[in-house]
Amino acid sequence: MSGSSQHTAHRQGLATEVQEATGESVLKCYQCGKCTAGCPLAAEADHSPNQILRLLQLGLPELEEQALRSLSIWLCLTCETCAARCPQEVDLPRIMEYLRQESLRRGLVHPKAKDILAFHESFLDSIRKGGRLHEVGLIAGYKLRTLHLLQDVLVAPRLLKRGKLKLLPHSIPGRAAVRRLFERTAAPREERT
Amino acid sequence: MKLGFYPGCSLEGSSREYNESLQAIAPVLGLEFAEVPDWNCCGASAAHSLNHKLALALPARVLALAEQAGLEELLVPCSACLSRMAATRHQLLQDPDLRRQISSIIELPLAGRTRVLSVLEVLGRCATDGLKQKVRQPFGRKVACYYGCYLTRPTAIAPCKHPEDPQEMDELMRAVGAEPIDWAFKVECCGAGFSISRLETVAELSGRIVEDAAHRGAEAIVVACPMCHTNLDLRRSAIERRLGRKYSIPVLYVSQVIGLTLGLSPRQLGLHRHAVPVRFAERPAAAVPAEQAALQAAGQKED
Repeated sequence: MSGSSQHTAHRQGLATEVQEATGESVLKCYQCGKCTAGCPLAAEADHSPNQILRLLQLGLPELEEQALRSLSIWLCLTCETCAARCPQEVDLPRIMEYLRQESLRRGLVHPKAKDILAFHESFLDSIRKGGRLHEVGLIAGYKLRTLHLLQDVLVAPRLLKRGKLKLLPHSIPGRAAVRRLFERTAAPREERT
Repeated sequence: MKLGFYPGCSLEGSSREYNESLQAIAPVLGLEFAEVPDWNCCGASAAHSLNHKLALALPARVLALAEQAGLEELLVPCSACLSRMAATRHQLLQDPDLRRQISSIIELPLAGRTRVLSVLEVLGRCATDGLKQKVRQPFGRKVACYYGCYLTRPTAIAPCKHPEDPQEMDELMRAVGAEPIDWAFKVECCGAGFSISRLETVAELSGRIVEDAAHRGAEAIVVACPMCHTNLDLRRSAIERRLGRKYSIPVLYVSQVIGLTLGLSPRQLGLHRHAVPVRFAERPAAAVPAEQAALQAAGQKED
């Protein structure tokens, strides 16, 4: 996204940005709360799903930033229960996806979301290298990022015994094409989180 | 039936028994798999969380390779991969501009010809195509069919027709002599990709599923997704710590249950790779359900 369009996007508000990127209008939501009733993570989240939509509906920059700084957008598991039940057919998981990317781009990621982000980034690193996910590499990368070095040390030997741990990664012939695919889709970021 | 096959990364690693059991039952059911050459990871929830375009490009490359190999139908046994593939195909078919853009990113032509199929759709076809006659040992156990998210939602692309009370796996289980129970958690989320980054969340969500299945008398939970299996099986000790009690109910892939009823050995089906041992209580002959007895009688008649 260029500098000038960022400026315009900021002025016209996050709701418009969401609509342009996803085709979803947050104004469709009339706050019935059905999404929240069915959300498996609503109890753990700092804002319920309908509150996230409300923060965008009012068009106030400080509320929009609250949505982008929320833990909720990172806790969304994309289970799609909300979207399946929404009487207004709001594609909330798609909106959450956009908000996560925007939160990352603007450097507003919630501190408690750092493990989730580290997992996703380690996952993508592993695919970028060889084209396929190498689970041992993923876990090693995650541990280095988060310093949760002791997590699952008891699970690993059990997995190994059952033949479920592949110690060496498998690189596909087309890994260079996959790497180029990553470069072409790379998302810009304003600052490191 | 010849089908394209996309195993996905889990089936090559932590869920290899899902692949082993599928490969074991395929010849018995007359299924032939052609693996997509040079396939890559679908990006799973990681790409989907961080980068929308990447989340489209990774599955699109697989679809393009399948198309190039002349595969009209592609079996995607992992329901997370399936969902990414189906969502990508759906979006690219609706938006030709986006399709051209993605096609240049992946350096491959892409028309969207290859259709993706879930394991339930493929085995469902087998069920209408003589599966019952091939059953040698009806399962005869109460099972909780657990669908989770990706087989039932988003509704526009999910293989199961009813998002709140799907029946496809239940019907399949009836076809092999199992008794699917009525229960409350068949489409609830297990915590999916949080198995490493938020284990406590997984223990809570998966704990509710295990608890309800066990309390309603199921003798096994049946799944068709590696992530659901990991969370309900491998993460059982975390679940038990959270709930403060032990649950011995095993978790089987739908292909493993079918394999057992076809007379394949537990080892061929990878049952020894589970964290929760696959053991069933002995039952007196009188307790054999009527349906199973009928199936056995039908099987004898055909012999």
